[in-house]
Amino acid sequence: MTRNILSKREATRRKVLKFGAAASVLPWVHVRSAKAAGTLSIFLWDHWVPATNATARQQIAAWAERNKVEVKLDFITSQGNQTLLTINAQAQARRGHDIITIANWNVRDHADKMEPVDDIVGRLIAKHGATNEVANYFGREKGKWLAVPSSWGSQNKGPAGRISLFKEHAGLDLQKMYPTTPTETPESKEWTMDTMLKAAEAMFKAGKPFGIGMGTTADSVDTWGSILASFGAEMVDSSGKIQIRSAAMRQAIEYCQKLIRFLPADAQSWDDSSNNRALISGASSFIYNPPSAWAVATRDAPAVAQDVWHLAPPAGPKGRFVPHNINFWGIWQFAQNKTAAKDLIEYLMQDELVDARCIASMGYDLPPYEKMTQSKAWDDIGPPKGTVYNYPVRSWHGAKTHVAHAPAPAEIAVQIYNRGTFPTMLAKLKAGETIEQVLTWGNRELEGFL
Amino acid sequence: MADGSTMVVGAPAATSPGPRQAGSMKQLARRRSLAALALCSPLILLIVCLKIYPTFYAVFLSMLDRKMNNFVGFDNFAFMISRPSFQLVIFQSVLFAVTAVILKAFLGFVLAHLMHNIRGRNERVWRGLLLVPWVIPLSLSTLTWWWLFDPSYSAFNWTLNMLGFEDIAFLGTVWNARLSVIAVNVWFGAPFFMIMYLAALKSVPEQLYEAASIDGATAVQRLFFITIPMMRNIILITVLYSLIVTFADFDIVRILTNGGPQDGTHLFATYAFVVGIQSGNIPRGATVSLFMFPILAALAFFVLRDVMKRNKEMA
Repeated sequence: MTRNILSKREATRRKVLKFGAAASVLPWVHVRSAKAAGTLSIFLWDHWVPATNATARQQIAAWAERNKVEVKLDFITSQGNQTLLTINAQAQARRGHDIITIANWNVRDHADKMEPVDDIVGRLIAKHGATNEVANYFGREKGKWLAVPSSWGSQNKGPAGRISLFKEHAGLDLQKMYPTTPTETPESKEWTMDTMLKAAEAMFKAGKPFGIGMGTTADSVDTWGSILASFGAEMVDSSGKIQIRSAAMRQAIEYCQKLIRFLPADAQSWDDSSNNRALISGASSFIYNPPSAWAVATRDAPAVAQDVWHLAPPAGPKGRFVPHNINFWGIWQFAQNKTAAKDLIEYLMQDELVDARCIASMGYDLPPYEKMTQSKAWDDIGPPKGTVYNYPVRSWHGAKTHVAHAPAPAEIAVQIYNRGTFPTMLAKLKAGETIEQVLTWGNRELEGFL
Repeated sequence: MADGSTMVVGAPAATSPGPRQAGSMKQLARRRSLAALALCSPLILLIVCLKIYPTFYAVFLSMLDRKMNNFVGFDNFAFMISRPSFQLVIFQSVLFAVTAVILKAFLGFVLAHLMHNIRGRNERVWRGLLLVPWVIPLSLSTLTWWWLFDPSYSAFNWTLNMLGFEDIAFLGTVWNARLSVIAVNVWFGAPFFMIMYLAALKSVPEQLYEAASIDGATAVQRLFFITIPMMRNIILITVLYSLIVTFADFDIVRILTNGGPQDGTHLFATYAFVVGIQSGNIPRGATVSLFMFPILAALAFFVLRDVMKRNKEMA
């Protein structure tokens, strides 16, 4: 006859305490069962499009089953900077998930705590082609890859315009300019900064202004950063020298001064949701954003969604630069199961898995490897069919991915970016300050970042 | 004896160890100071872990370089104070905290008097309604305010337009945005003052007012010579507490303006977040967050000393 030590009759307080004390001194033992290859904990950014989470979960479950690994998967939202806070907390505690989703500047912030992944990235590059400019800028330090460039939530923030409004008020056919064929059209060659300025003026007069903000959040910073880059203007150069008084910067800021006259009156107080709402509500004809604004419109404003077309940014004197934000999959040096972590990351970056997640995300997720952007994943997404065909940087676009204030050293650029220094300069211009006053203010700010 | 203060502990020698020892333990437990310490120890532990340790750790962090490898003393403080953008943050934080606290104290005082003069069931209803802003989580209520102030689709502006008035850029200009964040803080914090002042008002003996009336005191005289002196301690403590909390405010600015436009609404907490967490410079972020600590600590010392002195006088 077996006795239950905690049976109701005999479970005195003293016995419970004794039992608890005994249990607490027992070592935690990993039970080897079907999960023979140990445990792996993963933190994935909680995707905007819930279906993408489900796809990733299925892919990871399939890998776990095949490799007999027990996986603990957490989806952590970036709302309220939860991802950022989690990463910082884990870095301080030197304890956390084996695989983390780590974006942009954070990779460089935690470079000394990341496990080098040259082996994985080397194989991925050999198979899928070179990584884009932004992946190279953030992901490498002293020739070593700090984390694996991933498609998970990586995004371009290029232009999206209203087809009918552009035809009617600006005389531009966006679909003809950027069709769903791999060709550079004459119209796309004429899509320049000057053309954009004229279109902005026409739309402003028509009561459908461009929805570009001058707040300090990422969308504003990225948009203006790409415009600066297309003029070859750098706030700080790659050697860490302030270049705010360069001829290119003056040319760029003079252009911006003209453009901001045609933006909504309250653009200086916009945040990252303002441009989305401006497009979805029909108030604006043109924004810089990933297809998330269009995706929401397919649900909330179908008529607007059917009229949206994504295209490459206009060219400036130094070319076209597409604002790009990237997520990496990284492994902490203090991770418990590095071998399994590396294996899973490489598995998740296979073509068919990347495509499946891309389609689940309605084309939002962009792989940062050259050959992967030639996938057909974006071809049929709509309505209108092909609206995100030109969302990835295609080889015939003649464009480069760009993150605002690169190529300044990351520890300086991150401050210019997060403080929203350039949009703040534009807000000051709009408030009536002169270019000289604004440059003086910007210069003083930059001195504090060095 | 009942309060334990006259108990003699440990005087009898342990001649018969068993029962005597048990008795001593009981006596020990009965000592008020020890029992109080035992009961408070979980709270003390929490304060040590969640307040004192992080404060000292923040002081330590503020004295490191960006990579947190080298000790730099007070360099971060000297650097921050020399930056015009940080000087603006100091100005804005002081403006925000002082203005908001004065307005909250004034509104709370007026509301408390109104509540005090409403009798019966209505008092409970009104008190409950006025406490609503303070009960709703601040981040949620600030989101509602954001919808009301929203740059493009403000409900206030919609109403103004319906009445034939022009839009107001509530968050679009520096001073409008500053006033907006102060207004939301006052809306949120005034009920706290009201409830504290109401409690203080209820404890003022009616006889004092009756005696003053017999002496022919006017309402203003009663206010200045009875009400305010009797409420002085509560007023001082609530103002001090609110000043500390308001200086540390984060949610309102983060949600409404993100520090903009033109950096015109950043406070210590929001600026510390941008510098420390978003820009990856944790030591400078810690420096920003610690800036008001000595000033507020000194203020707290003098206010609490004054309160204790007054308590002794009254005793």
